[in-house]
Amino acid sequence: MVLERPEVDRAAFAARTGWEIKPEGACQSDRCVPLPGAPAAGPIDVRLLSDRLGMALVSDEAHGLWALGPESAGRVLPSAEMPDIELPDRNGRPFALRSLRGTRIVMVAWASW
Amino acid sequence: MWQELRAELHPQGVEVVTVALDTGGADAAGRFIDAAAPEHPSLIDAEHRLDELLGITNVPMGVWIDEAGTLVRPPETAHPGKSVLREMMRGQKVPEDVPPRVLEMLVETAKIRVKPERYAEALRDWAANGAESEYALSPEEVIERSRPRTPEHSEAAAHFALGQHLHRAGDADAARAHFREAHRLDPDNWTYRRQAWSFEDPLQGPSEHYDSDWLSDVKASGAENYYPLPDL
Repeated sequence: MVLERPEVDRAAFAARTGWEIKPEGACQSDRCVPLPGAPAAGPIDVRLLSDRLGMALVSDEAHGLWALGPESAGRVLPSAEMPDIELPDRNGRPFALRSLRGTRIVMVAWASW
Repeated sequence: MWQELRAELHPQGVEVVTVALDTGGADAAGRFIDAAAPEHPSLIDAEHRLDELLGITNVPMGVWIDEAGTLVRPPETAHPGKSVLREMMRGQKVPEDVPPRVLEMLVETAKIRVKPERYAEALRDWAANGAESEYALSPEEVIERSRPRTPEHSEAAAHFALGQHLHRAGDADAARAHFREAHRLDPDNWTYRRQAWSFEDPLQGPSEHYDSDWLSDVKASGAENYYPLPDL
């Protein structure tokens, strides 16, 4: 995720990565990673998240931007739970995949290129 | 082409959801969606979130999700019983004035190994048998078959995200620098390469900005390796 400061809003981080910031640390499914020194509220320093979760942190000083990659040192899928994702259709209307819960889905990625 | 298979599978409780991985969003993907006019949800992922979340490294790739929202097959090459490219090329006479490079691309494309009917057969089996299908994998198998993610892959994803951000902001040069880093750090990821090349040339040909292009890379790695066959 791309950031304009080396800190991230908790809700935005959770929405983008699936990792929720709780008092016990960054948590996903039944796994929590302690975040020593993290404030009880407010934005989190991305350097701490990068260090603790193995998320690459890349800065572009010329443009005042930072980007946090996904967690590494494992498989892309930490669990078989499909991430909760919402994407727009071609008219910009958001579609939440969870609205199809109860139906089996084959989801296919394609591209115009 | 997914619509034909969707019409067959939907009465059995399987929905198709297609997602366009296009930094250009609806401007890039919209006309294809309009032409297909699908009845199933057809979404656009302008930030390439599926690359990161699932490990999509080329298109077309598909995942299967059960009624409870659990993945029962991780990303793998997914064709709806036919190969879209093969169908487009079938019976088409190549014009005499086709540029040599395009002709060479057609030759390499014809060598790409696909077994599109095999994937559709497996999907039909899942539609009929659900969790009892031999193709529905356990959560442990799904995780094990998903792509390993190294620190370099994470760094590549961060560079790709910066590249997309700067490309949208109109700073093509700055974007290219990040795209080149993403390509270097995750050389097996066709999605990163094809998306970036397409900004220079719709046919993803050579440009002064990248040291590779679609045809050169396909020839270097062997067209037969372009799409890993699904383990079905």
